[in-house]
This record gives sequence, C-alpha cells and structure tokens, in this order.
Amino acid sequence: MTRFVPVLLSLFITSTVTAEVYHHPVDKITKSTADHTKFPQLKRNFKNGPEVTKACLECHTEASSQIHRTKHWTWEVPMKDGKVLGKQHVVNNFCISVEGNEPRCTSCHIGYGWKDKKFDFASQENVDCLICHDGTGTYKKLPAGAGHPAYQTTVQEKKTYKKVDLSHIARHVQNPDRHNCGSCHFEGGGADAVKHGDLDNSLLKPDRSLDIHMASGKGELNMTCVDCHKTEGHQVPGSRYEPTAFDKHGLDYPLPDDFPTTCSSCHGTTPHKTNKKLNDHIDKVACQTCHIPQIAKERATKMWWDWSKAGKFDDKGKMIVKKDSTGHPTYITKKGEFRWEKNIDPEYRWFNGQMNYTTFLTTFDDRSIVQINHPDGKAGDTLSRIWPFKVHRGKQPYDTQLKRFVKPKLHGPKGSGAYWSDFSWDKAIKAGMENAELKYSGKYGFVETEMYWPISHMVSPKEDAMGCVECHSHGGRLESLGGFYLPGRDMNPLVEIIGFIVTFGSLIGIIVHSIMRYTTQKKMKQEEGE
Amino acid sequence: MRKVYLYARFQRFWHWMQALIIFALLFSGMEIHGLFKLMGYEAAFQMHNYFAMGLLAFILLAFFWYITTGDFRQYLTEGNLLDKILLQARYYMNGIFRNEPHPFKKNEISRLNPLQRITYLMLTLVGLPAQIIVGFIYFYFNELVALGMDPALLAPIAYIHTLLAYLLVGFVIMHVYMTTTGHTITSNIKAMVTGWEEVEDD
Repeated sequence: MTRFVPVLLSLFITSTVTAEVYHHPVDKITKSTADHTKFPQLKRNFKNGPEVTKACLECHTEASSQIHRTKHWTWEVPMKDGKVLGKQHVVNNFCISVEGNEPRCTSCHIGYGWKDKKFDFASQENVDCLICHDGTGTYKKLPAGAGHPAYQTTVQEKKTYKKVDLSHIARHVQNPDRHNCGSCHFEGGGADAVKHGDLDNSLLKPDRSLDIHMASGKGELNMTCVDCHKTEGHQVPGSRYEPTAFDKHGLDYPLPDDFPTTCSSCHGTTPHKTNKKLNDHIDKVACQTCHIPQIAKERATKMWWDWSKAGKFDDKGKMIVKKDSTGHPTYITKKGEFRWEKNIDPEYRWFNGQMNYTTFLTTFDDRSIVQINHPDGKAGDTLSRIWPFKVHRGKQPYDTQLKRFVKPKLHGPKGSGAYWSDFSWDKAIKAGMENAELKYSGKYGFVETEMYWPISHMVSPKEDAMGCVECHSHGGRLESLGGFYLPGRDMNPLVEIIGFIVTFGSLIGIIVHSIMRYTTQKKMKQEEGE
Repeated sequence: MRKVYLYARFQRFWHWMQALIIFALLFSGMEIHGLFKLMGYEAAFQMHNYFAMGLLAFILLAFFWYITTGDFRQYLTEGNLLDKILLQARYYMNGIFRNEPHPFKKNEISRLNPLQRITYLMLTLVGLPAQIIVGFIYFYFNELVALGMDPALLAPIAYIHTLLAYLLVGFVIMHVYMTTTGHTITSNIKAMVTGWEEVEDD
C-alpha cells in the first residue's frame, strides 16, 4: 500500500499546479532590435508633445497615418444603420457630451490640442505617441489641457501636475502596458472606476480573485491589455461599439479570425472539461455571465448621476460637496447627486452584438425612462446570448418640446455660459447647442436615462465562477429575463396544478381509505365479539 | 394460511434497485425543478443524470430478464381484462371494508392481480420509457437542436418531463399504500424482501 502513496500524492500535487507564467522574462536585446536610449534624435530637449511626435515619425514614418484610422483618434464610429457614433458624437449620462467641453474631455484624446471644433484631424504631429508608449509611468495629460501634458508645473482642479521630462520619456518607450491603457480607460468618466465597473486602477496590480488573467503576483498569468486586445497597425480590436457577442470561430490558433479579443479566441468553444453540460450553455450564455459574478470588486463605481439636483448652494452661497463614509462624493453643486456601489451583481440582457443608440438627433418618448443605448437581442435567435451589463442610470437635461437630448456646455470660463461657471441650465444648453449647430426650443427639463456597459473584465478564477443555482432558481439573477424556459426557475401552471392534485389527491385518498379500513374492521371485530 | 415463493431473487433485486433509483430521481428532480434547496442545484443535476443512466440500464436488464425467462407471461391475462380490473377495483372500493376475500388468489403461477398487471405493464412499457426518452431528449437537447430539432421545444419537453414525474409521484404513493392491503399489513413488503408471502388458503 505504501508504495502507492507517492503516486496518489503526485495526483493531488499536479491537480493544483498554478498557471504557467504567460510572460517569460526577457532582456532588452531579446525584446527589441532598437534601443531608444541610443537614438541621437531623442537626445535633446523637447518643448512640447508634437515635437516628440515629429522625432518618432522620423523612423516610424507611417505611425500617425495608422493612428488617424483608429477610433482612438477620430472618436467617430460609422455604424451599419447609418448612425455615426464614437465618443465625439454619442450621448452619455455621465458628462453628457464631448462636443462643447473639449479641453476637459479631450484630455483623453490620443492627440494634442483638440480644444474646439477647429481641431485638425489630418495633423501628423498632433498624434500623442507617449500616452500609449510611455515606459516610465511619469507621462500624464492635464485634466483640462486638450490632451497636452504639463510642460511647466501646473495646478489644475486643485492638483499639482509636475513638469513632464519629455526627453527622458521619449528615450524610454515601450509597448503599451496596463498603466498606459489605464490612464484613460481606468478613469473613464473623469476619475478612477467611475464609468465601466469592470475597469479601474485596481487592475494595475490585481490579485487572482480580482482578475485571473491580469493577476500580477508570483506565478500568476500577469497578462496585459494588449495580450487580448491584440493590436496590429495600431488598430486595437475589442470595441464596445461593435462588440462580438458570440465568437463562433473559437480558437484563434492556427487560423485567427478578426476578433482576437473574445474569450473563445484562447479558450475555444468547448472549454469546460469536467462538467460538459456547461459547454451546452455557450450558445446561449456569454462566458462573462458566469465568470464575472461581480464587478467593481475593489473600488466603487458610479451607478446613479442626477443632474437635476445640481446647482444648490449653502447658506453662505458656497458650493456644496457631500461625501459618503468611503469618501465618494454623493453631492456636488456642479454635477448633482451621485450613488456609488461596490461588489455589485451585473444586470443581464440578451445581446447579439448590436447596440441601439439614442443620439442627439433621436426623438424619444419622455414619459418613460430613456435608454441611451440598449443591447439588441432576444432569446430565440442564434446570435444572442445572455450578457452581463453595468447599467448606469441618472437624470439629464433634454429639450421638452423637441423631445431630444441636449448638449449643455459644462466646462468653460465665467460668462461663456458654461454650467460649471454660470450655473444656468438655459444658458449652458443654449451655448452648447449653438456650438454644435443643433436646434434648441428654449424649454428644457430632466429625463431619467439608462446606459448599458457590457462587462468583459475582472474575470474571476474558475472556483469563484457562478454556481448553477444563481440563475436556475426562483428569484435568481435571471428572474426577470423572459422569452425562454429556464429549468429551476420556470413552471407551467397547469402542470403544477395537475402535480398538486395527483400528489395530494392520492395522499388524501390513502388516508381516507386507511381510516375507513380501520374503522370498518374494528366494527366487524366488535360484531364478531358480540 | 400457507407460504408461497412469489418473487425470484432477480425480481427482488430489480424491484428494490428500481425503487432506490426512482426515489433518487424524484428527489433530485424536485430540487432541479426548484421545489426546495438541499444538496445544491449542480449536485442534484449530476445525481439526476447518473441515476437516469441507472434507470435505463435496469429497465433494459429487466426486459432482457422477462423475455429470456418467459416471466413476462405473468402480465398476460386470459379472458376479459376490463371485467377483471373492475372486479379488483370494486374490491378496493368496497369489499376490503367488509373483510371479503381478495377476488384473485396469489400463487406461484399467478402472483399479480389484474389491476397490478395493467398498472405495472403501463408503467414499464409506457410511463417509464416515455419519461426516459423525454429525459434523454432534454439532456441531449443541444445535440438534437444541432441535428435540426426546433429549439422552441425545450419548454414543452420540460413540461412533459415534469408532468410524468408528478404522475410517478402519484404512483409511488398509491403503490406503497397498496402494499398494506395484503394478508397482513406487512406481508406484501416481507414478500418483496424474502420472496416468500403468506397467502390465504385456497
């Protein structure tokens, strides 16, 4: 018997081996044929960002042309249905609109100088190479600098931004790491964790329970954004405008498809080995649904933003800031009322990859909640799957006559009509709509809205994946998702009534029968006795 | 009063295994159906599938045994079956309260009364096979849809499976109760354990 012990032991040991390290350590030489610290073009002082870009373009001659073709640059995505989306055009229920608020919003543009509509989208040198390729972690765009970093030490929004050392950064460039992507995508909505719910700065150094792929501890996979968002020619795949809701192609090796960012690109279409029934779910349930049971796992994300409450001042006429016990603002005079939540269950919808957007040109019904975007899809078709979403809700201004959304000017100096300086919705909307050359009736109100953010990040380790009963039960996560039969949740009333009658009818029948047997037998025995 | 050997060893083994399997299936099935939470959905689901395989195996084994031993003749009736069933039913509704003797005597050649014959025959040839077939369609639903089955059939299949399960619950309740209607309250169950049953003298 004892000779089996090592064999048995090895079974247990091999069953708990940790994942293989995804990134093997490499030195400079194996990583690249070029050492940027040796380039004479970079051993000089740079006055500003565009000067750096010019130096980059001396060797990387087509880089800006490549960037010009990306959403990162155009902030414009033409859709099949004729709508033109992209950050430049869409409505959202955070800061509502980019247009009119450029120097602030465009602090996340992959360029320099987009401060109004006159920005030159054909400019090569206005591409910001460093925001994505900074290898030092010191490059930072100013919050309201139209994409420029601090060339001199600058104070903005009560924070000091130290002068960036462009020369040093230019000599220390790298392939994008998470802090590069994160500088915008972790801070969507203006600050850490505000917008997405599954993307925030906790992903810079996550443990495995937060994100199994990006976990950075010893022996963990330590994957970065571009390991899944496999970029070619600066085109980063995996857009939320045209997501791949169902990758039927599966494994991208040996033959890749055009969607290298899906779960099945690496995991295939039959990833479950022990409980094969789970593979039967793949045609109807997105991987994310079970494998991302919670979002905003470490940092609270914004769930509610009510602009209609903005503009209140205290007795002394000062702006009000209220914070909850965790330090998150619940009220700001400039912005209105907020609600934050941490460790939340996403909401679930059928999704076929098509997002329907309400644009600034769409007329809507203001008697109900307006969906700024909503996932298309239904239970019966072959493309739709159940997907998790963060739904951000709030109230925002709209034109009560034209029944359309409006673009208020928020950011700007006093007298410009900007809401954050002048605190008049009417003036702010007028200024914003005039700038955008859109019609405004002069009457505004506030309408409740919701916005859907598909969830794909913060994938939990498999032991934390959702159990069956989370959905297969009464009152489970899919309680309100209709149009299909879900075992454990759904019942046919007629079948249940028949079942009830059969079960309790036969129980009552045998009880009555046995009582009758007992009493008649007793009577007969008595009669016999007499 | 005399003792007769009614149930062969295989029959007893098969009966009790089938009883165990059906109890396990009903129990796990009810949890999957959401009637209670005890062992957890996934465990109930796994248990249900393993026992379903067991039920299929045992029913096939039983068919094989009945055919090869010729014991299936126990289920055949001479004469008017309906009259005989009604006679047996009348006994349970009426005669049993008057201490009348059982209308059909058990012996080595004929151990089942007409009502039992028709019930067990329907259960083994119609009810359980239907439930097994529907259950397997349910389990292999994805594969069958890939072969061209209408995906909208999921709900009807689930409803039929549930309905048949409820009918089976009814059968189990009645069946267990009926075991108390023998010569003594426990003589039928004893017989299914030992094979020997005390029956009334001819």
